Amino acid sequence: MGKVFRFNKDVDTDQIIASQYLLFPTIDEMKEHTFESLNSDFASQVKPGDFVVADENFGCGSSREQAPSVLKALGVKAVIAKSFARIFYRNSINIGMPVIVSKELYDVVSDGDEMELDLQAGLITVGDKQYACTKLPEKMQQILDQGGLIASLNQ
Amino acid sequence: MGHTLIEKIIGKKVGHEVKPGDIVTVDVDWCMIDDIMAPFAVQKFHEMGFSKVYNPDKIVLIYDHFLPATQVDDSRHFRVADEFAEKYGIKSVHRTDGICHQLMTEAGYVKPGDIAFGTDSHTVTYGCVGAFSTGIGYTEMAGILGTGQLWIKVPETIKVEIDGTLSGNVTSKDIILRIIGDLTASGATYQAIEFTGSTVDSMSVASRMTMSNMSVEAGAKCGLFAPDEKTCDYCRIPYDDEMKALRGDDNATYSKVLQYRAEDFVPVCACPSLVDNIKPVSELKGTKVNQVFLGSCTNGRLEDLRTAATILKGKHVADYVKLIVTPASRKIYREALADGTLGILSDAGAIITTPGCGLCCGRGGGILSDDEVVVATNNRNFLGRMGTSKVKIYLASPATAAATAIAGEITEA
Repeated sequence: MGKVFRFNKDVDTDQIIASQYLLFPTIDEMKEHTFESLNSDFASQVKPGDFVVADENFGCGSSREQAPSVLKALGVKAVIAKSFARIFYRNSINIGMPVIVSKELYDVVSDGDEMELDLQAGLITVGDKQYACTKLPEKMQQILDQGGLIASLNQ
Repeated sequence: MGHTLIEKIIGKKVGHEVKPGDIVTVDVDWCMIDDIMAPFAVQKFHEMGFSKVYNPDKIVLIYDHFLPATQVDDSRHFRVADEFAEKYGIKSVHRTDGICHQLMTEAGYVKPGDIAFGTDSHTVTYGCVGAFSTGIGYTEMAGILGTGQLWIKVPETIKVEIDGTLSGNVTSKDIILRIIGDLTASGATYQAIEFTGSTVDSMSVASRMTMSNMSVEAGAKCGLFAPDEKTCDYCRIPYDDEMKALRGDDNATYSKVLQYRAEDFVPVCACPSLVDNIKPVSELKGTKVNQVFLGSCTNGRLEDLRTAATILKGKHVADYVKLIVTPASRKIYREALADGTLGILSDAGAIITTPGCGLCCGRGGGILSDDEVVVATNNRNFLGRMGTSKVKIYLASPATAAATAIAGEITEA
């Protein structure tokens, strides 16, 4: 089980990690500033296994791969949104972080809810309710299964 | 069955017909890496264990976001990129020439029909010459540097037809802002946009560049214009049968068709803090501004500077307003210097900076504080983009920007 951190539509990558932090030498130093302008407590409250749940168009804007990287570094298990901006989506898979499309979840969960995700079955459980979520295209699932693009290319 | 422009570009590259949804692996014509992402791409390249790049002549390194350096660690990025270029024989390194997305076509790299990827989301700009180009992350770029290939999904296409004549104070910036407003910030996600019609035909390549550049703000994978004689002049190639065939077929399948009359467009702004929050400039009149920014890969070209100079000639920016002008490239800077444009802007009180990304990425001169208002010709008005998260950014055309600088409040040209 993990906790839900809920975000609205059109969250851009500048909000996930602002440009002034991109030059910190490591992702671990950057991650303390994740979502700073939207929820300054996020980085201190999120625990490994928690979930980011969002409305449409999550991760729009700049191509910065640091955006999914800081979420992964904080232990976010998956981002589940109604839709994703394409560069964020590809970047997430390439660094080995699951990104799941669910048209329903955002509307039925609140901040702080507990939920569980079964990636293989494509199933989300919140309380006593279950929701189906979209599975990844085969090419992407393969990269994700191998732990990201680097591991995949090294095979 | 006909094909859209993107289907033709990808189909030609892979040697067989493609349709939306197909996943294909393409050979990449051009890789563009900017100074921000260079050290990260280099690190991932080494983690992947490559010992050489696929083709050093197809890789272009461009320093623009950090130029000139404003923070202590910035120059490390130049150094890492320089060392990489030297080690792997990469000759195309632009250290002070301007913004990457301006240079990739201006300096003669990307041509119609090419496929290019860059480590910046505004890589979509090269759609202005009928090339397929889009932004990727640095890990993916490292993969291309080693293999020369990338897998892509063939996108569906939204066709945007614009016919007629624009009024004098309306520019291609007003058009693309309105289209983003209509499509919304996610309305074209994973899709290509193809711009057609008599209005588009009569536009300069520079004006088209503004629209391709901002197509990503509607989520698009690319924003394409079929090449014509103007394109081929700009790219210094012949307008031959191959070029003429690079256009969407009449019987191609589009996911959506948007039709506009040029006469219906008015000057608009994208209001804080969403790119699709579009309002006519006339409704915003009276909004006081602290600063005006004219520049970026969206609107830092010679025609943009000239438009502003025409409006600012013999006038002066309002007392408390800072007008910052940043030409997109050294070539543009030199041309604007030679034809008197920069002189007019300087006489009017503009602060003219070195070519580069400047204020657009929130690092160059002109950072703003809480509750300040800026009218800017670039492409994003996200929270915190040009200073604190309480800065209000209005995106506008160069004409609106110039008129606003004089009045000290948002004003139609």
